[in-house]
Amino acid sequence: MSVLTFDPSGDPILERRRQIQSIAQASLGRRKAYSAVALGICWVFLVLAIIPLVAVIVYTFAKGIVAWNATFFTQVTKPEGIPDGGVANALVGTVIIGAVATAVTIPLGLLGGLFLAESDGRVASGIRFTADLMTGVPSILMGIFGYIALVKAFGYSGLIGAFAIGMIMLPIIMRACETAIRGVPGHLNEAGLALGARRFMIARRVILPAALPGIITGVLLAIARGVGETAPLLFTIFGNQYMQWNPTKPMDALPLVIYNNSSQPYPDLLQIAWGAALLLMAMVLVLSIGSRIVAARLQRERR
Amino acid sequence: MTTDSVTTPAIEDDVNLTTGEVFPERPTGHPVMQLTDVAVAFAGRTAVRDVTFDVHDREITALIGPSGSGKTTLLRALNRMHDTVRSARVTGTIMLGDTDVYATSTDPTLLRSRVGMVFQRPNPFPTMSIYENAVAGLRFNGVRKKALLDEAAESSLVAAALWDSVKDRLKAHASTLSGGEQQRLCIARALAVEPEVLLMDEPTSALDPIATKRIEELIGELKNRVTIIIVTHNMQQAMRVSDRCAFLLMGEDKAGELIEFDATAKLFSEPDDARTLDYVNGRFG
Amino acid sequence: MATTDTAPTGGEKRRHGRFSLSNGAYRVVLIVGAGIFAALVAWFLYSIVNQARPVFSALGVSWIFQPTWNPNLHEFGLLPFILGTIETTAIAMVLAVPIGLGTALSLAYLVPARVKVVLGSAVELLAAVPSVVYGLWGVVALAPLWREYVEPFLTSVLGWTGLFNGPNEGVGLLLAGTILFIMVLPTMVAISRDVLAVVPREQVEGAMALGATRWQVLRKVVLPDARTGLLGAFTLATGRALGETVAVALVIGNSNYIAHSLKSPAATLPSLIINNFGEASGTELAALFGAGLVLLVIGLGVNSIARVLVRGKTGAAGGATSVAVA
Repeated sequence: MSVLTFDPSGDPILERRRQIQSIAQASLGRRKAYSAVALGICWVFLVLAIIPLVAVIVYTFAKGIVAWNATFFTQVTKPEGIPDGGVANALVGTVIIGAVATAVTIPLGLLGGLFLAESDGRVASGIRFTADLMTGVPSILMGIFGYIALVKAFGYSGLIGAFAIGMIMLPIIMRACETAIRGVPGHLNEAGLALGARRFMIARRVILPAALPGIITGVLLAIARGVGETAPLLFTIFGNQYMQWNPTKPMDALPLVIYNNSSQPYPDLLQIAWGAALLLMAMVLVLSIGSRIVAARLQRERR
Repeated sequence: MTTDSVTTPAIEDDVNLTTGEVFPERPTGHPVMQLTDVAVAFAGRTAVRDVTFDVHDREITALIGPSGSGKTTLLRALNRMHDTVRSARVTGTIMLGDTDVYATSTDPTLLRSRVGMVFQRPNPFPTMSIYENAVAGLRFNGVRKKALLDEAAESSLVAAALWDSVKDRLKAHASTLSGGEQQRLCIARALAVEPEVLLMDEPTSALDPIATKRIEELIGELKNRVTIIIVTHNMQQAMRVSDRCAFLLMGEDKAGELIEFDATAKLFSEPDDARTLDYVNGRFG
Repeated sequence: MATTDTAPTGGEKRRHGRFSLSNGAYRVVLIVGAGIFAALVAWFLYSIVNQARPVFSALGVSWIFQPTWNPNLHEFGLLPFILGTIETTAIAMVLAVPIGLGTALSLAYLVPARVKVVLGSAVELLAAVPSVVYGLWGVVALAPLWREYVEPFLTSVLGWTGLFNGPNEGVGLLLAGTILFIMVLPTMVAISRDVLAVVPREQVEGAMALGATRWQVLRKVVLPDARTGLLGAFTLATGRALGETVAVALVIGNSNYIAHSLKSPAATLPSLIINNFGEASGTELAALFGAGLVLLVIGLGVNSIARVLVRGKTGAAGGATSVAVA
């Protein structure tokens, strides 16, 4: 049913136009003010978001840089009351555990990523979904898993810590590899096949080199995540007051030192914690920025 | 000169049989938009320049020319769509009636309620229903009264030849319409605000031939209601639909310029400029 | 690019030039690789479930909802920790949604192009700050602030709601929720911004051409268009908040009782585990694994929903934000 009325004396178009224009002009001020306020709030929120994030970094830097001296880097952790404490053992631990975890997860992640990139079936979808979920599993669960699966049998050791960290890194690397490999233009693969090359050779000589920037990006991000984790280490490496280069023994690590010293009321232990926090944060930020630089280079090469 | 020699208005033009709206005779021919030495540049590089012509009330003016001649850039300058591009500079004068479009006292938001736009690819708002799409412009401009919204929606959907197919499903999502129907919805949406001028940027180039034909018919019918400026790639379309044409061509400096502006019949049969003659004879495209 | 194999000149060239696999063998190797991953996941799930079994056989399922946790009296109840987990996450998300969305809108539509890249990268980088650093900063720098300024202020302004009873201790639900908010903000902002930025330009222009103000364009066209993706961002951020362990454990005050005020110390499922696992045995240990199982179920549930919502909305963001620090 039409809602229009027949008005023979006026032009309904012009009349409506006049009405609409008068409403539009009358409401213009209000509409613009509303918009300005709403956008202003967005700006305010932007600032509110940046502040705490900047505060963490600045505060950690200020507190941590004070702790950085020769002793800090060369001495091992000492309990309260004993002078000349440092984080040398924890730094060694973090590096070794990180290296072991990386060494194992890169090949596995590469294989998994290749598998996912070359498969489209339901099994592949399932594995992909699982990998995505596993990147979000609370890391404490990896810690207790590592304990129950391996520590009971083999005792505390750096290797088990690397295992727990690796469990977190693996799905990240797998998905990053898959994304990078899928990003390689299809014609490269087809050219290889047309030449009669085997899939393995194509992957090794063509696809992986082309996907390398994306893979490196993903690996760096995974390492950044891995070395920053605390919970998986708590029940697997146990900590160690002495320098320990052997990963089959209990080790210490930077996140553990920070965690343990955080709740201590002793200022010199707290200072060590800040120094370790700055060190850890610096390592993680360098890895993250590095991965961004590689990603940017990847973008430029693709142009 | 395409002067309407109407002393007795034809029934189809002036009375809408469905709704009973009567559109009394309004004097046509006087300029509703005047462009003088208009130029648009991006980051210093001119995209189109030396544009001077008048757009006459309730006529259809076509901007024609090969790709790259600046037709769309010019069109978008008319409703200040370049405002969001930081590097854009529009020079010259564009008058809409008594209003200087680019004066600092002119509010662009308000301007766009007087100069509407239909885009090349249909862009109905996907999360809104057909009705909500039709009244979207009104709502943006502060209209809240349901009676006015309903009236404008119906009138514009009728004008866009869409009312009969959608009147029973106004709450359906816009995405349930076909491409041609979606474009007509976009036309209705633009019309609902009752703009003085409707800008159309190649409105049929994304549609199939049948939908194209229907929209061309529609554009002819809309003439009585609103002044139309249409950019088209398609010479035949310009010939079929428009009253006057502005022919633009890219010059040696890679900027488009206005070569000739005249009544369509004259431009296509006896143009003043040799380049125009070449273009309408299809010697380059 | 492809390089041709050089002919082998002897045994030592074999490793570089000649090693290859048939297509079949290659496929098998890949399947084995993926299979190892699947096996590890299965082992993980099995371990958690298996270790939790004793407490379920002894106490059924209802123990999860009991309000008292007292291993010495053989009372195991997870309700305080489930509530703590939910409450801290809720506080975090109540703050993260408006601020995250506002920030994302700013980054996607309001900020000039050059600044956009810098700020956007900065926000994403901050997702990499280790959780333990947030915890340290929270307990040393923020807790005193909360005790001296924030909590008294909130109590004076909002005390009438009954949510702010009790002493001002600094550590507690409020601080934990706030730290969580800061930690999930980068996730929320990064995904939201990506989702908002891919709203088709023609929609935005269509609204502009009708005479809409900038906010009207954002509110009526951009936000509705991005609805699903934004919901995904929210869910993903919630999933992260739920699983966060170390930072929360350091600032939540660790009380095993149900909190009655936003200022009370409390505990979450992860903080329960991290604080008690070291010395637990027997049924308590099984109960902690049970808590882990509950946490796993909640976390996987929320993350599954998130993945389904975000899938296909953005390409890179899905991968980049998988690097979330717990």
